[in-house]
Amino acid sequence: MSTRLDVKKTYKLFIGGKFPRSESGRYLPAKSPAGGQLDNFAHASRKDFRDAVVAARAAVDGWSKATAYNRGQILYRAAEMLQNRATELVNEIARSTGVSAAKAKREVTLAIDRLVHFAGWTDKYSQIFSSVNPVATSHFNFTTPEPTGVVVVLAPDEPSLLALVSLTAPVILSGNAAIVISSEKFPLPAATFAEILATSDLPGGVVNILTGKRGELVPHIAGHMDVNAIVDGAGVPDISVKLQAGTAINLKRYAKHSPAPADWFTAKVEDPYWILDTVEFKTAWHPIGV
Amino acid sequence: MKTKLKPISRKVSAKRAVATIAAQPVVPLKERRLTFGGKWDYAPAPEESRNYVITPRHELFINGKFVKPRSGKYFPSINPATEEKLTEIAAADEADVDKAVKAARRAYEKVWSKMPGRERGKYLYRIARIIQEKMRELAVLESMDGGKPIKETRDVDVPLVAAHFFYHAGWADKLKYAFPGRTPRPLGVAGQIIPWNFPLLMAAWKIAPAIACGNTVVIKPSKTTSITLLRLAQIFQEAELPEGVVNVVTGSSETGTAMVKHPDVNKIAFTGSTEIGKQLAQLCVGTGKKLTLELGGKAANIVFEDAPIDQAIEGIIAGIYFNMGHVCCAGSRLLVQEGIYPKVVRKLRDRIQTLRLGNPLDKNTDIGAINNKPQLEKIRELVQCGVAEGAELVQSSCTLPERGYWYPPTFLTGVTASHRVAQEEIFGPVLSVMTFRTPEEGFERANNTPYGLSAGVWTDKGSKIFKIVNQLRAGVVWANTYNKFDPTSPFGGYKESGFGREGGLQGLAAYCRLD
Repeated sequence: MSTRLDVKKTYKLFIGGKFPRSESGRYLPAKSPAGGQLDNFAHASRKDFRDAVVAARAAVDGWSKATAYNRGQILYRAAEMLQNRATELVNEIARSTGVSAAKAKREVTLAIDRLVHFAGWTDKYSQIFSSVNPVATSHFNFTTPEPTGVVVVLAPDEPSLLALVSLTAPVILSGNAAIVISSEKFPLPAATFAEILATSDLPGGVVNILTGKRGELVPHIAGHMDVNAIVDGAGVPDISVKLQAGTAINLKRYAKHSPAPADWFTAKVEDPYWILDTVEFKTAWHPIGV
Repeated sequence: MKTKLKPISRKVSAKRAVATIAAQPVVPLKERRLTFGGKWDYAPAPEESRNYVITPRHELFINGKFVKPRSGKYFPSINPATEEKLTEIAAADEADVDKAVKAARRAYEKVWSKMPGRERGKYLYRIARIIQEKMRELAVLESMDGGKPIKETRDVDVPLVAAHFFYHAGWADKLKYAFPGRTPRPLGVAGQIIPWNFPLLMAAWKIAPAIACGNTVVIKPSKTTSITLLRLAQIFQEAELPEGVVNVVTGSSETGTAMVKHPDVNKIAFTGSTEIGKQLAQLCVGTGKKLTLELGGKAANIVFEDAPIDQAIEGIIAGIYFNMGHVCCAGSRLLVQEGIYPKVVRKLRDRIQTLRLGNPLDKNTDIGAINNKPQLEKIRELVQCGVAEGAELVQSSCTLPERGYWYPPTFLTGVTASHRVAQEEIFGPVLSVMTFRTPEEGFERANNTPYGLSAGVWTDKGSKIFKIVNQLRAGVVWANTYNKFDPTSPFGGYKESGFGREGGLQGLAAYCRLD
């Protein structure tokens, strides 16, 4: 048998629908649990984060105006693509984390199902959470949710794919654009997931994925004036405090979700109230009369 | 004064008719349009205030009783319309705040969180009914304490206060229906800080949902307007609200800071300036305290060429001169489509001249006193700055009373987006007028501010209304109306105007945690 040299993948960032390396030229090694070198991945810088915010801001307008039906189909399409490339991610999770293929498969299939679940919420959550308000004057008055804009999502280390999907889907389904900071410990599944999103009709910039060191990016996330909200799933108390300081800078909305690692595998995290973390309620009045 | 005008016969030539009228002492047309001769003067119609006694000293309300502050210190509360001292108010320090929080915690654990929602609701209903009974008194006190015209306290503030308690009373035993699929639980002790512009109404916005959802409250009014909240505390006593469910600590910003810093407070709700809101957010970092902020605004009121123009003028007036412009959601930036700009400015010029400024207790008064001296100085400073930056000043020529804090209804034309008067919240009866050409330019200019509390849009075209309402980044949008409030209607901002909603179904989330 002749030996064939493997073709190795360059893991890159996902910004504005493109796959750049870090502008800083920095990279980090991903190691297997046994300590072996797997691949290198991009080490995102402050500038990469800022580029991602620019890309996300540019995407918000079109994405939030897409019909709920359209957004639902695109999220469903992401599930389709993930299904199609499930093996790739099973392999990525297994070799990164050292879990069995069966366990990795469970995470991937749940991630697919979760995308399908949230895809269905795009055209329903506003029906559940809106209201027509019976004001005591002669006015028609109603309240509806709208996406807040640009949202930074911090994924926990584990489960690296499932938590990222579970945190990001409720953010984007309403029309927000997200910058997702991946698992620091196991970034490769996130980077591969980016490639799947890139082929699922999701407009560029709606989801941007950065790999690297969370702690380094956190002060810039908190301080950025064009970020509307932070969804903190990192589950690191020190990081949580630093992110909350961002509220005091430009009144960013801050929401924290840190379920126990096992809970990511349950329906507990299929929570429509998570959608409300990154929407604004708008109330409109109009007189009734002839 | 009655002057009989001779009926003009059709047969009389126009020339003679003019001569007939000219024989009367008539002001030249241009001025007459503004002053309506002597006919515009109204006889004074002050609301009776002698029946309502303001006690010379107001104590803290802790654990159902009025108690002296530990420090023994008091500060004066004055009537901004006369600069006369009305009473003195207890200054609460950290120890008093701690006592109030402990009372609230005790009430929460022993009584309020255990009480069935239906019973909690009955207390709120009782409170609403007692407020309705004492409406006149509360309106008079509110006008004396804050300088607000009685017309507004009597017809807007106090009726809404009663309505807020009545609305939330009904929620107390129905909360599970507000959160489909989840079980709402109270948060615990809520610390609330309210401003001076709507003292009693803000208290109702804060207290009613908090206690309806099963929380207990420590609330701090603004230093310049404590009287009516302490009167409300008496109403709580009369309603036999269990002691400690609502506690009132009066004082300055240090009192508020002590409350926010208190480790046993679970929730902070603040209405006030964005600057202070950010400071409070900083204090809450890492504490796990739930926070809602209702902050400043610089709302755009957009008037299209196809707007019902006279209604729009009334809406603009209501938008900026209601409550002397001391309104976080005031329509302080007027964006007029170019084609009707001259007409709108002319009509506004005439209309502000007809606004009656003076004694807040007079039932004819439209514009009362500016709430406090620092605020008056701030308004003066910003208007001067507007003029210095090149805006043209248009002001009512009404006479200002000699004593008290007053500012005439004012607007500035020729304002550009970079002027301070177009960017900063003035919080006074001052309107900045700007123009736009296309709808896109209209909503872009409207959104061009860090704030996002409210906005107004005036047009007769329905599809345009929906488009603009969609595009505006603001929590409340009034279309062909302005400054309307209702307990069933959620209120709160986008961006730097804060987060969380008050009122309505969506407002309940601010006082519940969901299991």
